[in-house]
Amino acid sequence: MEVLMPQLGETVAEGKITVWFKSVGDSVQPGDNLFEIETDKVSMEVPAVSAGILQEIRVRQGEVAPVSAIVAIIAENGAPSAPRAAAAAKPAPASLEPYREVRTPSRNFGPAALANGTKVSPLARRLAAESGIDLTQVKGSGPHGRIHAHDVRGSMTAAPVVAPRAGISPAVRAIYKDVPFEEVPLDAMRGTIARRLVEAKQTIPHFYLTGDVDIDFLLRLREGANAEQAVKLSINDFIIKAFALALQRVPAANAVWAENAILRFKHSDVGVAVSIDGGLFTPVIRKAETKSLTAISTEMKDLATRARERKLLPHEYQGGVASISNLGMFGVREFSAIINPPQSTILAVGAGQRRPVEGPNGGVRFATLMTVTISCDHRVVDGALGAQLLAAFKAVIENPVVLFL
Amino acid sequence: MAELSYRDAVARGIAQEMERDPDVVFLGEDIGKAGGVFKATVGLFDQFGPLRVRDTPISEQAILGAAMGAAMTGLKPIAEIMFSDFIAVCYDYLANQYAKSRYMTNGQVKCPLVVRTANGGGARFGAQHSQSVENWCMAIPGLKVVAPSTPVDVIGLLAASVRDPDPVIFLEHKSLYATKGEVPDGEIVDELGVAKIVRPGTDATILALALMVPRAIAAADKLKAEHGVDCEVIDVRSLVPMDMQTMLSSVSRTHRLFTVEENPRLCGWGAELVSIIADEGFYDLDGPPVRITTPHIPLPATDVLEDRAIPSVDRIVETVRRSLGS
Amino acid sequence: MAGKQARSAIAMAVDDLSPIEIDNDLRLRIYRMQVELRESEQRAYDLFLQNLVKGTSHLSLGQEAVAAGCAAAMEPGDLTFCTYRGHAHTLARGVPMDRVLGELMGRDNGLLRGKGGSMHLTSVEHGVMGSYAIVGAHIPIACGAAWRAQYRGDKDISVCFFGDGTTNIGSFHEGLNFAAIWKLPVVFICENNLYMEYTPIGDVTAVADPAAGRASAYGLESIIIDGQDADVVYRTAKSAYDKARSGGGPSLIECLTYRYSGHSRADPAKYRPEGELDFWKGKRDPIRIYRERLLQSGIGESTLTAIEDDVKQRVDEATAICKAAPPPPADILTTDVYADGGWAWRN
Repeated sequence: MEVLMPQLGETVAEGKITVWFKSVGDSVQPGDNLFEIETDKVSMEVPAVSAGILQEIRVRQGEVAPVSAIVAIIAENGAPSAPRAAAAAKPAPASLEPYREVRTPSRNFGPAALANGTKVSPLARRLAAESGIDLTQVKGSGPHGRIHAHDVRGSMTAAPVVAPRAGISPAVRAIYKDVPFEEVPLDAMRGTIARRLVEAKQTIPHFYLTGDVDIDFLLRLREGANAEQAVKLSINDFIIKAFALALQRVPAANAVWAENAILRFKHSDVGVAVSIDGGLFTPVIRKAETKSLTAISTEMKDLATRARERKLLPHEYQGGVASISNLGMFGVREFSAIINPPQSTILAVGAGQRRPVEGPNGGVRFATLMTVTISCDHRVVDGALGAQLLAAFKAVIENPVVLFL
Repeated sequence: MAELSYRDAVARGIAQEMERDPDVVFLGEDIGKAGGVFKATVGLFDQFGPLRVRDTPISEQAILGAAMGAAMTGLKPIAEIMFSDFIAVCYDYLANQYAKSRYMTNGQVKCPLVVRTANGGGARFGAQHSQSVENWCMAIPGLKVVAPSTPVDVIGLLAASVRDPDPVIFLEHKSLYATKGEVPDGEIVDELGVAKIVRPGTDATILALALMVPRAIAAADKLKAEHGVDCEVIDVRSLVPMDMQTMLSSVSRTHRLFTVEENPRLCGWGAELVSIIADEGFYDLDGPPVRITTPHIPLPATDVLEDRAIPSVDRIVETVRRSLGS
Repeated sequence: MAGKQARSAIAMAVDDLSPIEIDNDLRLRIYRMQVELRESEQRAYDLFLQNLVKGTSHLSLGQEAVAAGCAAAMEPGDLTFCTYRGHAHTLARGVPMDRVLGELMGRDNGLLRGKGGSMHLTSVEHGVMGSYAIVGAHIPIACGAAWRAQYRGDKDISVCFFGDGTTNIGSFHEGLNFAAIWKLPVVFICENNLYMEYTPIGDVTAVADPAAGRASAYGLESIIIDGQDADVVYRTAKSAYDKARSGGGPSLIECLTYRYSGHSRADPAKYRPEGELDFWKGKRDPIRIYRERLLQSGIGESTLTAIEDDVKQRVDEATAICKAAPPPPADILTTDVYADGGWAWRN
């Protein structure tokens, strides 16, 4: 039996043995005082808790030992003391969730202050990072020039000059050093477009599906509708709603990639590329499948107007599941577009053209055909799924009555 | 639907629960025959009798201790501490007994009870009868803390507190007793842990509790009318459990955060909310969160001084306006 | 030597008490219980010396007659409220020894799985409604439990144990007044072991008998008894319980007793005068007193030895169970803060 240095008090770490009442070889009974210890708090006698012969004293009179040290050995029934049993198992380390001290979004949107000392609000930093705005070019309107979110939004529309990126431009310039050129500085929009499209083309595994759709019926319907009301519907308005309905009919394609999951949506928010001077915006028509063609047309005109004035708010061009890019009005027959991240598809629409097709009884007739190409993110939309989406779009656009239902 | 005062809502809420459940009993100083020093419990003694509505001596420890003994053996007591300042003389029961009995006994001892108390200032009662002690209560793991701002919330949240299996500290605001509001007929039961958007807005979020709620609403109306600033006002209602999602969601829309707290500044409830929102809503914030509080002082008695101490409509307007630069 | 206390104790002879019947079966049960409390507390002390009992603990060595006599007079369903010196009162209601020692050792088999510790032993299923470590807090709580019985017409009584030191704190006086004005079925039992913690109670109390001397302030009878004689304790408690159960209201009983160990494990009790401990151990030991009475009443030595041996074996078995028991799992750290079983205070 090992005699341990007891803990005399909750905060005491060691004890000093001031007196030994027993000597090696003495027999001891439970309750017999063995020794007296003294701590910074108390002194007290320590009795034996078992009977036997005091075999060994390890901490002698006047010595100090830490709590739980073996002070002496008592041989029970004359037998030598058994080796000390292994200490009780320590509890397993806790893997609990109550310690939620840090839940700040893990993404860092840059430092709180610029090199020149200007402070930037957290929201302003996030907006700038998301839109590729160079904060050194933004003037802060807050106290001590602090940059707020509305300063960043203002700089998106004011198109401040962004300094040319050192390291790349000199090499390019060198190649053309003998050719006369005018250097056009990048504005924020150009920077954002460049960054996002490089990112999209490099990180999204694109593939492309092309097909022709017959729009003769659609053109007749449009003519009839426009004769009835002041709001004039464009072909693009029909395409927006038709693509939204197609996405609704193929729910697995009404989804986007979110790195560790796929987000599948209830509604179909469809972006529409709007070309503006010096770049483009892709404002989003929310819940396009639920809106009338007239509503889509009115909303689209407003968004396009404000896009050209660079007055769109971020929430008007962020998000969406898919986009439409229509170059038909420029006479383009067909093309493929780069997906607008984080969306998963984009519909590239060519010009409607009169083309000869096989007639009902082996003859030839002319129909108005439009060639469309869907670019798909293969992580979300596989080939067959993309084909279903294209077929659904074709079915809706060739029977456009459903667009009025 | 009828108009009811906050004061009468207390008695109606208690009566609603006592009629429903014979295990609900009520004790406190002057609550029975006298109908309460704030006249908030008039009629209960006559309706439920002296064994269920028990007048006690001035013995706050005995009141709260007896409530616990009754609760742990099957009753659902409502105990009244006349002024919340008096919690200081019986804090042992809140801090050491109610809050810890379930945990310490590995779930054996249950403590389903409600401590009602008149909290807050504005009545010119001086430093020992005017304090806002919600932070004394919410600092203890195991307690729930509720503070209604309207008559209908008094009834609904009191019912939810009585029916809750945990000890609930129910802070009535003594300067709201005379206020009135529309209250539907029939049984009213609300839910603990749900904050309420009482005035939607887009430019800033103002979090308020109890008496500060009507002041925050009045300030928001003034900010809109005079400065074109549209503030969203949220009545926090329940400090524990705390409805962080409603508040985080509001800040994610408005991007600015203000708290209006009657408690003295150090360790007020707003400090905890601001710390959470500064963490989890960091990149939604477009400016520093601002706390509007009573200074870190005891409350004075005289009206001119007390009115300067406790956040007023004008102080809220001025602080929000300055901070937003409007 | 504490002359005052000795005088009071001697003044209470067994024969002077009410003629409540105690047969030999009951005597043997009370004897066994006292031996269990003694051996179990001694084992707790030994385990502390081996650093297997952590934290603090407050032993009842020397005070066994109060716990055993009071518990023996209680009915199933009656409620016990005790202080941090509550091991003995918990065991006396039939709580298994291994669950008490397990709690002292912080093991998963403990009554509270290590979440409460020595000072908070509780076993609701045995009527042990808690051990309270804030002096006096449980006195109003016991009143509340008694109020529930009175309100509902339940027949159980609440029995509230405390030390002499408790008689000087406010909640004691608030609770006694409450019990008296509402005529609650509660019995207050003061174990006057002569020392509040380290200071003699007589040095800090205005009256000679810290509990009995206050009884009249609440309209209660002044009752002071020999707390070292379990028969005296049993008879006095029984008559107070009967009174409470029949609607006669509360009683306050002061039991004169003695604490063999210090206040807590950190206290070697050096403040006691020379010879005092020897006097109590030699002349006033409750187990010795009871053993002699049993022998005089014709119970054989071998019967008593068999009880003693059996108890010792059971203490050894309980110790072995506890030593083999694992520590609690880490996940109970956050359970039972709220009634939903968890700790969450926000969404």
